[in-house]
Amino acid sequence: MVLVYLNTDHGVIKSALEVVTYGKKIGEVVALTTGSLDESKLAVLGQYGASKVIIDSTTKADDPQQITNLVAKVAEQIGAKTIVFSNDLIAKAVAPRLSVKLKAGLIAGAVEMLAADGTCKVNVFSGKAMGKVKVNSERKIITLLPNSIQPEITGADCAVEKIDGGVDASRIKVLETKIPEGEIPLSEAELVVSAGRGLKGPENWGMVEELAKTLGAATACSRPVADIGWRPDHEHVGQTGVAIRPNLYIAAGISGAIQHLAGVNGSKVIVVINTDPEAPFFKAADYGVVGDAFEVLPKLNEAIKKFKASNN
Amino acid sequence: MKILVCISKAPDTTSKIAFTNGNTEFDENGVQYIVNPYDEWYALVRALELKEANGGNVTIITVGPAADDAVIRKALAIGADDAVRVDTEPTDAYFTAMQIAEYAKANGFDLVLTGKETINYNGSQVGGMIAEALDMPYVSLATKLDIEGTTATLEREVTGGVQVVKVDLPLVASCAKGMAEQRIPNMRGIMAARTKPLTVVAPASVESLTTFVGYDTPAPKSAVKLIDPENMDELVSLLHNEAKVI
Repeated sequence: MVLVYLNTDHGVIKSALEVVTYGKKIGEVVALTTGSLDESKLAVLGQYGASKVIIDSTTKADDPQQITNLVAKVAEQIGAKTIVFSNDLIAKAVAPRLSVKLKAGLIAGAVEMLAADGTCKVNVFSGKAMGKVKVNSERKIITLLPNSIQPEITGADCAVEKIDGGVDASRIKVLETKIPEGEIPLSEAELVVSAGRGLKGPENWGMVEELAKTLGAATACSRPVADIGWRPDHEHVGQTGVAIRPNLYIAAGISGAIQHLAGVNGSKVIVVINTDPEAPFFKAADYGVVGDAFEVLPKLNEAIKKFKASNN
Repeated sequence: MKILVCISKAPDTTSKIAFTNGNTEFDENGVQYIVNPYDEWYALVRALELKEANGGNVTIITVGPAADDAVIRKALAIGADDAVRVDTEPTDAYFTAMQIAEYAKANGFDLVLTGKETINYNGSQVGGMIAEALDMPYVSLATKLDIEGTTATLEREVTGGVQVVKVDLPLVASCAKGMAEQRIPNMRGIMAARTKPLTVVAPASVESLTTFVGYDTPAPKSAVKLIDPENMDELVSLLHNEAKVI
């Protein structure tokens, strides 16, 4: 039996479907979530392989210890040998706690299915290498990096059961949550348009946002740009910022320092636009445009508009 | 206030990442070890700032062999009061966390800080594991931390934004960007570090829950395909037909 814990605070997002699909490939899946999402929106998880969804609306994702206790309790009840999370910010806090509580080995940041010999690959050395991890305990915990596998529809809607987990009160009191409205969270985005110091000033970001809008992409930036306040911190991708692995990463005016690459080298396809043909980023790119971002970005935007119009 | 800062060694960011012994071990040949940057820049420096503001004591702890003393001295040069080394090879995150938790349990700390992850294993596991072992609240990826009396106010990363939370001490937090600025040790700090107390403690008997059985380095990327800046239609067509990402 496989238990998957999903954070559905932002709805049933793609990474949740990935985790259910992942679990289904291992065994029978029960999906567990917390928060206030309407039950009718959860039944769809059955299509991706969940045999049942359990929601505990009395618990929020504020305190990882509460989630840990809830997951442990449900895992015990259903006899789950494998517990899978998406490697999001909640799982990063919950999965290690759960590993200690259940004495179950944790594979943090899996990028593929568990192999037949019980090993699994994870990124190490900030994406410069892969490590193969073996779990020595009978129970396993896996946190799956987003965009590592494709969600697959294998069945129909399933039943949703409401429970009161009865876990101890939260010891973490939330005073304020600041989430900008209407943006695609970077970690969820399949397409990302990013820019760096080459754009010369925050007033020039319009063309980045235009392109992102045309593509349906999220926007990101390099560290210097976040540090000097041209863009908000949560857009900063790289070793110290967010690590992302979209299908397409377009970088304009970013030289591609090793610390930046560490945050984006999991991207499936990288397009680099830079005036300097010697920019190190070209070595990590699939497609390169040696040119001025101020000219290339609007032209690329037009070309994509044309492509979208002819494909509709 | 007693603060425990967990540090790990990590290869210098410019190190060549290679493996040896049939790709089962990290090749340390020619590698310079540094204090894991997140442990140093964010956790340790914020601990020192809190001590400077509120008084108290900052202890550094690491799990590793005698060779790691050089890395501990580097951290001490930045300003901690004393250091502890649990004398054993860290085999996995669980093993490491349990060693630290053992020491923390016996010595009682108000605040235990880690970096958000190490730059070599990137697991982001040890902080949460210590918290569970000590039955303390855990705030992960904290970008701000202030203490007033026995209460901590923290800002932490949440999906798509940040959240401000309040927690009673004691607690465990992992520290991310925003927490503090890097400090460069001065000569006085480096001299003082040589004589600061470094206690070596024997490891507790703990098993490992996971084992790294092998490593791979990614295949080198094939050469970049250059596209004429005047011909963005070609780029779009390649992204659609060849790369199949749009």
